[in-house]
Amino acid sequence: MAKHIIEVSGRGVVVRGNDIDTDRIIPARYMKEITFDHMGEYAFYDERFTQELGRDGKPQQKAHPFNDVRFRGASILLVNKNFGCGSSREHAPQALMRWGITAIVGESFAAIFAGNCTMLGIPTLTVSSQEIEELMQQVEAHPQEQLVLDIAAVRIAAGNLRGEASMPESIRKALTEGTWDSTSLLLDGKDAIAALAKRLPYLNTFRGGSQGTGDVGRA
Amino acid sequence: MTKHAGKTLYDKIFDLHTVRQLPTGQYQLFIGLHLVHEVTSPQAFAMLRERGLKVAYPERTFATVDHIVPTHDQKRPYQDAQAEKMIAAMESNAKEFCFMLYNTQSGKQGVVHIIGPELGLTQPGMTIACGDSHTSTHGAFGALAFGIGTSQVRDVLATQTLAINRLKVRRINVTGSLKPGVYAKDVVLAIIRKLGVKGGIGYAYEYGGSAIEALSMEGRMTLCNMTIEGGALCGYVNPDKTTFSYLQGREFAPGLDAWDRAVAFWSSMASDADAVYDDVVEIDGSVLSPMVTWGINPGQAIGIDENVPDPASMIADEAQVASRALAHMGLVAGQPITGTPVDVVFIGSCTNGRLSDLREAARIAKGKRVHAGVKALVVPGSQQVKKTAEAEGLDKIFTTAGFEWRSAGCSMCLAMNPDKLQGNQLSASSSNRNFIGRQGSPTGRTLLMSPAMCAAAAIAGKVVDVRAVDVRAAAALEVR
Repeated sequence: MAKHIIEVSGRGVVVRGNDIDTDRIIPARYMKEITFDHMGEYAFYDERFTQELGRDGKPQQKAHPFNDVRFRGASILLVNKNFGCGSSREHAPQALMRWGITAIVGESFAAIFAGNCTMLGIPTLTVSSQEIEELMQQVEAHPQEQLVLDIAAVRIAAGNLRGEASMPESIRKALTEGTWDSTSLLLDGKDAIAALAKRLPYLNTFRGGSQGTGDVGRA
Repeated sequence: MTKHAGKTLYDKIFDLHTVRQLPTGQYQLFIGLHLVHEVTSPQAFAMLRERGLKVAYPERTFATVDHIVPTHDQKRPYQDAQAEKMIAAMESNAKEFCFMLYNTQSGKQGVVHIIGPELGLTQPGMTIACGDSHTSTHGAFGALAFGIGTSQVRDVLATQTLAINRLKVRRINVTGSLKPGVYAKDVVLAIIRKLGVKGGIGYAYEYGGSAIEALSMEGRMTLCNMTIEGGALCGYVNPDKTTFSYLQGREFAPGLDAWDRAVAFWSSMASDADAVYDDVVEIDGSVLSPMVTWGINPGQAIGIDENVPDPASMIADEAQVASRALAHMGLVAGQPITGTPVDVVFIGSCTNGRLSDLREAARIAKGKRVHAGVKALVVPGSQQVKKTAEAEGLDKIFTTAGFEWRSAGCSMCLAMNPDKLQGNQLSASSSNRNFIGRQGSPTGRTLLMSPAMCAAAAIAGKVVDVRAVDVRAAAALEVR
């Protein structure tokens, strides 16, 4: 069973803006790898680094919260609306996670992105526009302060701020009960899966004519 | 809900495929068809190996290669060593785990969302998942189809099921009939403009109304394809005669002996006439114009005859993204979008790389020349689309006009292959995303539009109203 995620705490990093898409979180050219090992290096790459090389022969840092020394070592990401829209690439939450992010608080999240975060054990909590603004201001003013996300109670504490957040009850349960890495939970339903497959008309009463003529895995 | 309340297709398919409710309250949903491609799957197979798991239903698992495949020189090994490694991994995974892979030697390779329907794998009443957000495309057949991440790909490989929550259903009625020169692409851009790129979060979209019913299957695929751009995980059109006749005779479609049983099942999955929706939206299809995006998300779209909007006139939520968009695009509020010079034209992708898309673009390009200095690419969505297009002579029309005629792949839609914008080039693109950096250059710029509009832009060297250059559509405009 996966880790029970009851509480997440750490310092915050603020990435402002609505509709930040997964191409911005990780440009497609960095997905040409067969493991997720290096994804942390590519988080927000084009927003963090210049295309032109500097005198040292390396890309130069641009102003971005992930480059900001005040947020170094931060692990809780604060965002606005529709964060993670676009592509289904798990490379995006993988990049954030491997950069050091352990939880995200925002106004809203794109559906596939939020699902991917859950699969990695990264809670995505939602709060109102006013609340996220207060949290963002708090973190920007006091970047050294700890935020505490109580996943079990779905509450956030930051400095003097205390408040409720939202997350689907099923996701809260999956995280706190350690079933967010769902494979073994799903495997438990093995017999029920087989029984259902036997009931589906398109797998039984009218299977497709041909089962295909392509070669399996031919190199 | 009372006992007699009608059900939506979404609810019927969800219920039919629910294995059980999980202790978390999520549902364990059986996936009838799992489509796989080279970019989002290698880590999932590695996880199976680590955990000593097999692919549970290899006969319901079909793979192809599309994202990283070069469309120009496909000689192996590929020049890009990383691309070669990914393709080789896909091939060895298919061999090791024993499922079908349509690679470039198969004659049936192509963009995953083009070959699924083309082969007849995609059928009404199914649940379909793929590690790609544009899996929503398959909803065109009245299937519940959605994109998943790599860990979920692992779950489907290992169990043929997913742990998911139920969505709400929004019915979108597009009434009237579309005017000549207005396509499914314009309809979906208009929908996303109206409902916003985040309007669909938490919803599945059911598309209906006379303008939708009149669409071909390829048009419905374009529409459902971009559902995810409006924030909805999946979208669908109820199956009807158009759906059934598209499927008949396809490789994986039911044979004649089983046809009636299949049609009866498919028809039974359509939403009931008294189905209850969580929300209903009406759009008049007869007043739509060809659409063009001016910004950095697909909701930032206007009719070709409109001017670039002013962020100052927007609500705060949209104004910030709009200001960023104008700065990135080098456009000014109030300027007409018509006349914007283009450097590159891309016709292809899972949105608009099908035969009817190429036919419409070829009709516009026939006998004309690509404007000096414009690089124009036509990338068929699959090897079969390419072959059929060539049999019709479309390739000759394009190459004679100065377009490049390429091989099947995702190409410049996401630029994981050699097809990329350079510097701040501006492209007219038939693809689905105008995100910053999407087409391969961090400063590149993308205007989304229909394939016919793309072809017209290639000829004119700038954004133009296709209805002004298309004799058929121009005649209709005169009448208006």
